[in-house]
Amino acid sequence: MNISIPYVKRRNSLIFPSKYISLSRMMMVLVGVLLVSLFFLPIWKIVLVAPQYPEPLGLDIHIDHLSDGVQFYDVKNIDLLNHYIGMAPLPTEENVADGKIEPLLEFVIFPIVLLVMIFLALVVALFGKARLYLIWFSIMVVLCLIGLYDFYQWLYIYGHDLDLNAILKITDPVTGKPMGYQPPFIGYKKILNFEVSSFPSIGTFNIALAMVISFLAYIIDAFPEKLNLK
Amino acid sequence: MNILNSRILVIILSVIFFGCSPLNNDSKSKGALSINAAEKVYVPPGEHDSHYAFISGGFSGQLSVYGLPSGRLFRVIPVFSQDPEKGYGYSEETRPMLNTSHGFIPWGDAHHPDISQTNGTVDGRWVFINENNTPRIARVSLETFETEEIIEIPNSAGNHSSSYVTENSEYVVAGTRFAIPFPQRDMPISDMKGNFKGALSFLSIDDETGHMDIAFQIMMPGFDYDKCHPGRDESSDWFFFTTYNTEEANTLMEVNASQNDKDFIAAVNWKKVEEYVANGGGYKTPSLYAHNIWDEATHSATSTMKKEVLVVNPKDVPGAFYMLPTAKSPHGCDVDPTGEYIVGSGKLAATMTIHSFSKMKQAIADKDFDGSTYGIPILNFKSVNYGVLKQPGLGPLHTEFDSRGNAYTTFFISSEVVKWNIKDLTVLDRNPVYYSVGHLMIPGGNSRTPDDKYLVAMNKITKDRYLPTGPEVCQSAQLFDISGEKLELLLDFPTIGEPHYAAGIAADKIASKSKKIYRLEENKHPYAVQNESETKVVRKNNEVHVSMSMIRSHFSPDNIEGVKVGDKVYFHVTNLEQDYDVPHGFSMIGANTSEILVMPGRTATIVWEPKQIGVWPFYCTDFCSALHQEMQGYIRVSSKDSDIPITYSLDGDVPGMDNL
Repeated sequence: MNISIPYVKRRNSLIFPSKYISLSRMMMVLVGVLLVSLFFLPIWKIVLVAPQYPEPLGLDIHIDHLSDGVQFYDVKNIDLLNHYIGMAPLPTEENVADGKIEPLLEFVIFPIVLLVMIFLALVVALFGKARLYLIWFSIMVVLCLIGLYDFYQWLYIYGHDLDLNAILKITDPVTGKPMGYQPPFIGYKKILNFEVSSFPSIGTFNIALAMVISFLAYIIDAFPEKLNLK
Repeated sequence: MNILNSRILVIILSVIFFGCSPLNNDSKSKGALSINAAEKVYVPPGEHDSHYAFISGGFSGQLSVYGLPSGRLFRVIPVFSQDPEKGYGYSEETRPMLNTSHGFIPWGDAHHPDISQTNGTVDGRWVFINENNTPRIARVSLETFETEEIIEIPNSAGNHSSSYVTENSEYVVAGTRFAIPFPQRDMPISDMKGNFKGALSFLSIDDETGHMDIAFQIMMPGFDYDKCHPGRDESSDWFFFTTYNTEEANTLMEVNASQNDKDFIAAVNWKKVEEYVANGGGYKTPSLYAHNIWDEATHSATSTMKKEVLVVNPKDVPGAFYMLPTAKSPHGCDVDPTGEYIVGSGKLAATMTIHSFSKMKQAIADKDFDGSTYGIPILNFKSVNYGVLKQPGLGPLHTEFDSRGNAYTTFFISSEVVKWNIKDLTVLDRNPVYYSVGHLMIPGGNSRTPDDKYLVAMNKITKDRYLPTGPEVCQSAQLFDISGEKLELLLDFPTIGEPHYAAGIAADKIASKSKKIYRLEENKHPYAVQNESETKVVRKNNEVHVSMSMIRSHFSPDNIEGVKVGDKVYFHVTNLEQDYDVPHGFSMIGANTSEILVMPGRTATIVWEPKQIGVWPFYCTDFCSALHQEMQGYIRVSSKDSDIPITYSLDGDVPGMDNL
């Protein structure tokens, strides 16, 4: 392999500034910056298209709130449609303030976890040890898996825990049970008159990119010889 | 082998070429022609027309919005007449729009729509339209497609030479068709001559808000000012008005106003008058008129009575007024896109008069006058006339232009549209219309930049053109393709009321900025509610104010008690929706008014004066949702002397109280 990446020799000591500058450390700082973007960018997007909604409705899911995904007022308009089939109000600040729904615990936990991971990324960058890069990466993998599982659970509950006084009660023709309206975890799904799509957003791609970079930082730091970086 | 191939190719090409010729001949037969025309006007389902046409509703008082080339009617914008469908002129918020110095007037006679312009090109901000009967000019927003402003024109009667816009929308102009005493007074009609005046009003337009203001009124001689047109480009400082009844007759006008072989086109240098006024010229005179403005923030109109206008006497501004002799009782007054040619359609003459602006300027410089009338110099006919179009048809009325130096004129009596070349003064094509065409419109065809694909002719008489509908049949428009050398008739479509003039514009100049909803948080209506918890019912003596909300699919509150016979109940209804195309309606049994149709984010009010005790329902009139039929409520009405207090609820709770 003949990639020429500038490399400053790895040092374990923290004695003077020039030694902080290694490629892996810089990459770890970048990882932190990428994660900061999660405070501004959505991590998931659900889009609903129906005959009456040629301009779709959209829901942007952030780490700590929901926002309009396609146009102004989408979140409220989705809530409005959901009430017909008895889905719970979305955990927006307004609905929580009005007492319509309990606040979503994840919206509190996710930012804290993220802050901790950003802090740890910087700590890892400071120490610059190969093992630390790997540990950070591994924690992130575990957190992501938990996050995705949690998201799936939320979608399931949201789509199945329906108001008993719902205006429209539709029975699934196959199972004979009340129809569930769980949005797709990832991909497309037809729910009543809506074509629903659900895909990760830029925030999630930034997480993935951060993880790839952290793993690369580990590789570069741990196996400089194999990469022919010396 | 190659040679053989070439030969085959030649044969094939010949077959295609010669084979096509008889097919072309065939297409002249009606069937093939119709198919060709059908393709040209066919807008497939779900696709959009390329142009908007704003066609005057004439005596309906309204403005209709059509698509071209399909001829589909999208909307009727209420302007000068009440429209119960939309609650316009019925709701408390819109009633002030129809206020005048004569009080509330439920009807108007809408005439000439004209789109605002920038640099001589239609810009799609507003449409102006005049009311002929009780002189007014309205401004319609092309974001909301609603009437935003109506201003009454005092000292004017039969507001017909109106409402045309200068090429940077500096002014919208309103000339009086009927001369009247100035100031209005009680005097013998037969003393008209010399005592009546013809007011030409110049209304300034605010570039930001579009708000109109009567900048000045020019008190011209007491002729009838029929039509007008601003100059373009070179002549853009000028405005031209056709006159008739220069005889100043006051009875049996069809004879007595048709005696002079030539009447005039009055040329007004409005820049000079503007300058004169800016330097303190003119004088204020008492004149009562209403100025009605719609406020999009409060979703309400206010009517202000104004008390004076600035009047300018033509004698006081030398060099700003000239008369151009024009045959005979000219109707249409049209200026070509270059601003050089001024076309006067002498509706009683056998020829059409075309004046030259550059010759006019020269004649003015040379003081080449042929007398004067009431102190206004009359320019020598021969010195200003570019030429006449001989025997073009019978009864020329109006002319529009393309960008290729051609003019298109309607002939009422011979019932045709004639295409002619302005420079050569030669007739190029003539096409029958069905029947008795009045106005015609080419999108941008009265501006510096005509968009010359289509021409719409607007006909006064249809007789046998459509399925009969009793003695009263529709008036109609006819669409022509004018992109070729000859006019090609594509489509007939019926219009609302009587289509006096129209204004057309490319769809992309308007469609993208068309408003979808009103932002609820920007709603400053005094009785607006932001959410259900703000809804309430409040009694003030015998007035009951219901601040009500609508959202799919219920009202809040929907049960109200404590209303009494003799009360005046105001329903201030806010549509809480913030989704495109989700209006809700509101109607109350026995209300002596119309429904209201409330757009998302808007508040509207109707009044109900219950006359009978009982429990009375109200409901949503617009099929808003799957639960529309359930969108209803009840009001209990008790006797006059009842002491039942006002109570209200939604689903057993008092809105806004359930959290306490």
